[in-house]
Amino acid sequence: MNLVTISGPPSSGKTAVILKTAESLKQRGLKIGAVKFDCLYTDDDVAYEKAGIPVKKGLSGSLCPDHYFVSNIEAVTAWGVEEKFDLLVSESAGLCNRCSPYVKDIKAVCVIDNLSGINTPRKIGPMLRMADIVVITKGDIVSQAEREVFAAGVYAVNPGAVIMHVNGLTGQGAYELSTLLFDENQHIDTLKGKKLRFSMPSALCSYCLGETRIGESYQMGNVRKIDLKNN
Amino acid sequence: MTQNEILQQSPQVLIEKYPFLTSFFDGQHWMADLNPTRSLAELFALIDEGFAEDHAFDADAFIGQLIDFITEMQAFIGNDTFKVNKLTILPGTNKSGEPEGFEKLDFEPKTITSIVGPTGSGKSRLLADIEWVAQGDTPTRRKMLINEQLPDSAWRFSGNKKLVAQLSQNMNFVMDLTVKEFLELHAKSRMVSDADDLINRIISSANELAGEKFSPDTAITALSGGQSRALMIADTALLSQSPVVLIDEIENAGIDRKKALEILTGEDKIVLMATHDPLLALMADQRIVIKNGGIHSVIKTSAEERALLAELEKADIKHQKMRTALRSGAVLQGENLKY
Ligand SMILES: Nc1nc2c(ncn2[C@@H]2O[C@H](COP(=O)(O)OP(=O)(O)O)[C@@H](O)[C@H]2O)c(=O)[nH]1
Ligand SMILES: [Mg+2]
Repeated sequence: MNLVTISGPPSSGKTAVILKTAESLKQRGLKIGAVKFDCLYTDDDVAYEKAGIPVKKGLSGSLCPDHYFVSNIEAVTAWGVEEKFDLLVSESAGLCNRCSPYVKDIKAVCVIDNLSGINTPRKIGPMLRMADIVVITKGDIVSQAEREVFAAGVYAVNPGAVIMHVNGLTGQGAYELSTLLFDENQHIDTLKGKKLRFSMPSALCSYCLGETRIGESYQMGNVRKIDLKNN
Repeated sequence: MTQNEILQQSPQVLIEKYPFLTSFFDGQHWMADLNPTRSLAELFALIDEGFAEDHAFDADAFIGQLIDFITEMQAFIGNDTFKVNKLTILPGTNKSGEPEGFEKLDFEPKTITSIVGPTGSGKSRLLADIEWVAQGDTPTRRKMLINEQLPDSAWRFSGNKKLVAQLSQNMNFVMDLTVKEFLELHAKSRMVSDADDLINRIISSANELAGEKFSPDTAITALSGGQSRALMIADTALLSQSPVVLIDEIENAGIDRKKALEILTGEDKIVLMATHDPLLALMADQRIVIKNGGIHSVIKTSAEERALLAELEKADIKHQKMRTALRSGAVLQGENLKY
């Protein structure tokens, strides 16, 4: 089985791109499965099911969604292997723009859209910087110049990535992307022993553990204060 | 440059040597408060685990990307003189697997090719094949050559090198900038150093295309539909990196379409145009007929068609005159109908 992790800001077009890409892969007779990681709510599973793609969803609820991802991706991979998928795609929203639960040696795709603003590539951390492939969507509604400026911004923060334009509505570019996602010589049986490309923040304060009261005396663990004087 | 050599240099020295690194360093927030005259090795030594975590900083990844960026930008700048003098498509098959109806299809700079065929017949696939510089590895099995040679794979994968620029009816400006600021930003992303002259040329070309003129200080989002289209075309002609321009349905763009094509071909673009408007279709040197997912035939615009075009143009001028008259509040009379 091949495993690909796809992340990107909410509404950047991840689901749309995955569905269009899966169409091309299915035409080649490949069996695709999906897993959706989100925070509180998702209806992406309905979209995958409707497209005939077996799907599992995981909601992190009160936990950090990226920590939740890492704690579960191994089990999900085992599910994919058991289901004999040729390709398992994991979709997760980069919620705080900080993390990237990308795994070493597992293809990582970041989906980002042209409407998100010219400085966005710089604001997104490892999720964009560490991706192997950056897919830029919604090029159909902005000008050529804006597409070029945006792509140059992406290139400046991740010069080593393959940068592609895919239209999530029409599927333009999705066939091309599909050829990069599936490699018949790759076989992932388990993720055990693999490592994250980048460590996650050690966020462990009282609020991580369910504290709700506000005030100095309730703040414990890894707490940091805003510097109002030199701000 | 090797990793060790780079480590001994300061950001400041590196920028002096490679001015294009400004955009790369701009994106590195971990550097923001550090002294840019110290060597990278020295800066790295200042970074503790907490700082690295806060800034999502990873030294190995950083150096790797820095080297990638320098190598690719040097190649890009060195390659800026590379010119696409000919783009060739070698036939594949249509949806039924039958061979396409041509031997070899060439596109040269300054030429216009129109693409006709029902919606869903394969126009998008053709465009995608060009954009992806297909090598027999797309559903149509077409193959592309650039300057009669197998193309460099950078055309596929590099963020800075795209074969096709696209203009279509649905596109809008979304940035909150004035025309001038916007063009400066575009020029900067293309590493054009002295852009003032170019920017002025773009604005005056755009003003020639649109009926009503706009100033460099107009916000791009405040431009009318016609003005936006005009600016997009002039910008694509003069500032876009891509040698091929695909125009999709600009029938009702409210601009001087003939002049728009002249601006594009004047800048050595290879123009492809999906259209069913006879006036536009006949302005092309050749047209591609698409059926059932494949190129069914390629037709050179004949002398007879060119004569027809002259008729159509006269009618078009008449039409536009009436529009202008209507806009200014005139009552149309019989003489408006004369050529
Ligand atoms: N115009 C346009 N809309 C798109 C494109 N890609 C996605 N969308 C739309 O953007 C919205 C969010 O897409 P979705 O795939 O749900 O985003 P996700 O949250 O990243 O999975 C949907 O309404 C899509 O139809 C695109 O390339 N062009
Ligand atoms: Mg989604």
